[in-house]
Amino acid sequence: MATKTAETLERPTASKKQDPTEKLGRSMLRARLVEDKLASLYRAGRIVGGVYLGRGQEAFSAAGGLNLRKGDVYAPLIRDMAGRLAFGEPVLDAVRTYLGSRLGPMRGRDGNIHRGDVKLGILPMISHLGAMISAAAGALLAKRMRGERQRVGLACAGDGATSTGSFHEGLNLAAVEKLPLVVLVADNGYAYSTPNARQFACTDLLERARGYGVEGHGLDATDPEACLEVVGRAVQRAREGAGPQLVVGRLLRLCGHGEHDDALYVDAQVKGSNRGRDCLQVMEELMNKRGRGKEWKEWREEARAEVEAAVTQVSKEPVPDPFEEQWRATVTPGAVEEVAEE
Amino acid sequence: MSVTYLEAIRAAQEKALSDDPNVFLYGQDIGRFGGAFKATKNLSEKFPGRVIDSPISEDAMVGLAVGAALEGMKPVVEMQFADFSTVGLNQMLNHAATTYWRTGKPCPMVLRLPSGGTPGSGPFHSQSMETIYSHYPGLVVMTPATVEDAYSMLLEAIGMQDPVVFCEHKLLYYHLKAGALPGEALPAFRARIARPGRDVTCVAYSAMVHEALAAAEELVEEGYEVEVVDLRTVKPLDTDTLLGSVARTGRLLVVGESWPWGGASAEVVARVAAEGFELLDAPPKRLNAKDTPIPYHPNLWAAHRPTAVRIAAGLREVLRY
Repeated sequence: MATKTAETLERPTASKKQDPTEKLGRSMLRARLVEDKLASLYRAGRIVGGVYLGRGQEAFSAAGGLNLRKGDVYAPLIRDMAGRLAFGEPVLDAVRTYLGSRLGPMRGRDGNIHRGDVKLGILPMISHLGAMISAAAGALLAKRMRGERQRVGLACAGDGATSTGSFHEGLNLAAVEKLPLVVLVADNGYAYSTPNARQFACTDLLERARGYGVEGHGLDATDPEACLEVVGRAVQRAREGAGPQLVVGRLLRLCGHGEHDDALYVDAQVKGSNRGRDCLQVMEELMNKRGRGKEWKEWREEARAEVEAAVTQVSKEPVPDPFEEQWRATVTPGAVEEVAEE
Repeated sequence: MSVTYLEAIRAAQEKALSDDPNVFLYGQDIGRFGGAFKATKNLSEKFPGRVIDSPISEDAMVGLAVGAALEGMKPVVEMQFADFSTVGLNQMLNHAATTYWRTGKPCPMVLRLPSGGTPGSGPFHSQSMETIYSHYPGLVVMTPATVEDAYSMLLEAIGMQDPVVFCEHKLLYYHLKAGALPGEALPAFRARIARPGRDVTCVAYSAMVHEALAAAEELVEEGYEVEVVDLRTVKPLDTDTLLGSVARTGRLLVVGESWPWGGASAEVVARVAAEGFELLDAPPKRLNAKDTPIPYHPNLWAAHRPTAVRIAAGLREVLRY
């Protein structure tokens, strides 16, 4: 174990036959451990930019990523570390962007939660919420026009994103085109500090599915097995040609909006309710109950080693150099404005 | 036989669709109906499944193009009017324009904007948007003034690996005609000397080129030879051609149909003043629309935008300094 480098560790799940529970559990653990590490590095002042965690959302997010296949399109949002890892994004990509390595996928040009890799099928998000839904729809339209069959796109949103015009336009357009797009809404109770009651007036966001003419699926997203089952079914329906699917997972964000935020505004009653359960604890209890507690511990240790190795490796990597940077935002020769400088 | 500016745009799209299977058109009413201005007439029949009607969702239309472009397609998005592209600005400025720099993956797409004023069109169907798009890095912004350029520059735009904003002028759609479609074109991003002259340089783009040419004609009687430079592309600016012209004439008037604060005309003056200060015999001057929303009534509209008469007056001022 100790001799393995992070490069070989980056996809420890890829080569083995794993049951869905193991895939889910490992992705959740890897996400939690890498994010715990990032949070501690943030407090130590070693992170470039902000840190936004998916604590409490790992099961729902991972269930999305692991139901996708190679060739599918994934548009994760800021709390989808687990989904990214489950889909196959290397842990190194995350660590490199957070620590500002120039070997990361964004090369220092954009950070952290915005990272993506178009070759892998991960669309790099922009900060404007809802914007990635139509982009995922466009990628799916392109695949359909080229005759690629059975592809699915999965775009992630939160309860806050559902209030944007982009969300509405994107989902409506996908519905009109009957695209195989699954929109996962992690309804975590708060958009930054704004509670659901100030975000929308319907009882449940799931009600909107009917209005868009898409199939809707609601679930308690603190329940890992429900996540596997319901998200899996939605992805399957999209793959079969049933058009867009809206999945609304109810859960609670078990951290601040970012690590700069103490989240004192979160209602104590909600924290103590079923919605405030930690999906990782639920999963661990489930594993213990099924006599797989030993496996769970092994997965945790493997994940911890993977994260430590990645951080050790990336800590030695070069940072971006403004003198070596190619300061051009266009491909076409001559398209960059060269304003005379002294 | 003659070809209009609009027919040239349709012909360019038709050629792009025939030449490249990755090209597709997306926009409101562009399928069977052929588009609000008929820029895609008959194309959906000729290219089934590749000329696609969109919902009225400018944000999602541009977002869809970004996603398709990243998958290797070449989407050409028609905004029904340039003015409505404000609804899709976020996707164009923050998504399409940033993608190559952020990821290294090109985002080749074209946003067609039926632009500029026509009589009776009012505040929301008359705007020229090139200033806003040009300010953001990562985009190319084209403003063709002739039938030939409408054709060859649109093909050039579709062939580019960058997101291109293609500002077509509605006033030129039906009335501007050429004998035939061009066989060859000027190099990309090169400005054109639309009329050579020795006394003053008048820089314009899009429909204003024709107003500038009319003003130049008017000044012939007064013994002045006006050189008219057609920018063709406002981003990037062809500073070399601009400085070359001012080197010959020593005087500069820049005309833009958009509003006076900032913009292509201000950029031209800034470049010439900074890089060619010693070439100037008179202070450079700008002429733009008035700083109000674009009026509806033709009487007001005609006074709102620069016209040949106003341009001629501006040129006299620069010439007599």
